[in-house]
Amino acid sequence: MKKVYRRPKSLKRAAFHYCPGCGHSIVHRLLTEVFDEMNIQDKVIGIPPPGCSVFAYHYLDVDMAESAHGRGAAVATGLKRAYPDALVFTYQGDGDLAAIGTAETIHAANRGECITSIFINNAVYGMTGGQMAPTTLSNMKTTTTPYGRDTRLEGYPVRMSEMVALVKGAAYIERTAVNSPANIKRTKKAIRKAFQTQIDDLGYSMVEILSPCPTNWKMSPLESWQWVENEMTKEFPLGLIKDTTRTKDITGKRDAD
Amino acid sequence: MAKILMYGNAAIGEAAIRAGCQCYFGYPITPQNELTEYMATNLSRRKGCSFVQAESEVSAINMVYGASLAGVRAMTSSSSPGISLKQEGISYLAACELPAVIVNISRGGPGLGSISAAQSDYFQSTRGGGHGDYRTIVLAPSSVQELADLTHRAFDLADKYRIPVIILGDGMLGQMMEPVEFKYDAPSELPVRSDALRGAKGRPSRIVKTFTSKPTDLEELNWSLFRRYRLIEKEETTYEIYMVEDAELVVVAFGVAARIAKGAIRNARANGLKVGMFRPITLWPFPYEKVSELTQMTKHFLVFEMNMGQMIEDVKLAVEGKREISFYGRPGGVIPTPSEILRVITRLYYQKGLKIEK
Repeated sequence: MKKVYRRPKSLKRAAFHYCPGCGHSIVHRLLTEVFDEMNIQDKVIGIPPPGCSVFAYHYLDVDMAESAHGRGAAVATGLKRAYPDALVFTYQGDGDLAAIGTAETIHAANRGECITSIFINNAVYGMTGGQMAPTTLSNMKTTTTPYGRDTRLEGYPVRMSEMVALVKGAAYIERTAVNSPANIKRTKKAIRKAFQTQIDDLGYSMVEILSPCPTNWKMSPLESWQWVENEMTKEFPLGLIKDTTRTKDITGKRDAD
Repeated sequence: MAKILMYGNAAIGEAAIRAGCQCYFGYPITPQNELTEYMATNLSRRKGCSFVQAESEVSAINMVYGASLAGVRAMTSSSSPGISLKQEGISYLAACELPAVIVNISRGGPGLGSISAAQSDYFQSTRGGGHGDYRTIVLAPSSVQELADLTHRAFDLADKYRIPVIILGDGMLGQMMEPVEFKYDAPSELPVRSDALRGAKGRPSRIVKTFTSKPTDLEELNWSLFRRYRLIEKEETTYEIYMVEDAELVVVAFGVAARIAKGAIRNARANGLKVGMFRPITLWPFPYEKVSELTQMTKHFLVFEMNMGQMIEDVKLAVEGKREISFYGRPGGVIPTPSEILRVITRLYYQKGLKIEK
């Protein structure tokens, strides 16, 4: 009988601590499938942030090192500069990458650091209990916007991918979601492409993944999938945001944009 | 190798390269810019090396953290306000037991302060500096030659004990030119630690982390750090003593203050006053034992610092009330002169009725 589904080699035999319906487990699974398929498990070094996914190192069977909140892109820069043969990725939430780590992210991208950021956007701070994130939607209720995010007082949702796409060192940016089988497939393809961009030494790559957080959204898993589809994608449209990988020579020489 | 004339800041850079420093990450701030510029000129294009002018001091120290993860010798430098920003990263380096060298060419504070020499970062350097219960080794040079020598030693100590090492200089040391001799040539191969994070090829994957949901795990980490700190205190404490054998009065000073004091002491001796000097070279670990020993030989201590009294707390801990301690300090970046210190020494000497050499 043909085996059609198996645990990826790069995924440790540990039970996820994530809440039911959380997107992290899906993204972990996709990452490890990509590691296996690209045969890069022994080259990958991951930088997980403080947040729900700080424990990613319990699940991903690759070298990993914790970073301070928001500093993933700087830590990844140092690692990659010291050891360019590594394939370095950061795994960051929206508070981590789009609030406290904005400067690190933009400048690592601008220098064209050959690192990959997996950017989990669930519109809230998850581990701390559902506070407003930079990506919280207008009028959305969180524990620190109990009356709904009032854009006059609390600003607007930050579109980080579009911001990062503006800098020349960013080679590949795509926004995907993990709320349907089709979107999950697209996410995997994007993760693969991001690592290929890094392997080809073409610059900074980022995959922004809209990811459900049923616990903090106070929804059922199914409702949260629908909410990603019906609400989040309006503010954060899915699709390719930037891809300059084809205009660059695969040997690493960069054409003018 | 012959002596060459060099700025303090450049000498640190050259010594770091010769110590096998592979990565330097910096951010401009006066009075240490010559070091960043030296590394941009002399390290950035070296084979296998990397230089980044970071977007902030916070990023620079986190790049050091990343490079240290990869097992290479890495360094950053800054001046007081920038060092405050690096404290987050230094705490993580200490917690993850990662070696790194951090140079503080300090200036006067608090706040933006002034760029002239001061010693007001003693507390910040010797008490950990960031959050959590940790220490960093702190080396306090007092000449350009010592800047070079201690930079090399800093890398060795960092690797030996897997600990961040701080070189605490100041604007005067960084900016002045002196003859310096480099005692080491750059290694032909850059050193890589055996526990480097370089992908799990041929071995199980590794995790470098501090966060734990088990309080007993954290406690064990802190115990292990402090066992190592005890060892460093035992093995690595260094100091300089100057004319203390018969001294009635011992001046305790570090860094450039010690140099200023030395001039004053020479003149005091010429006037028949029996004055000596004690200069800690490691500010942490502080040479408590040696200071305690000096209480048997001398009658009075004068602590002289370019701040309002920070190291004096360590001197008091060492002296344990057995001798009287006086203090003279100048805050705010005004550099005292040897003749000023001579006046302080002479006045104190007569006030305390200490014995004069006939």
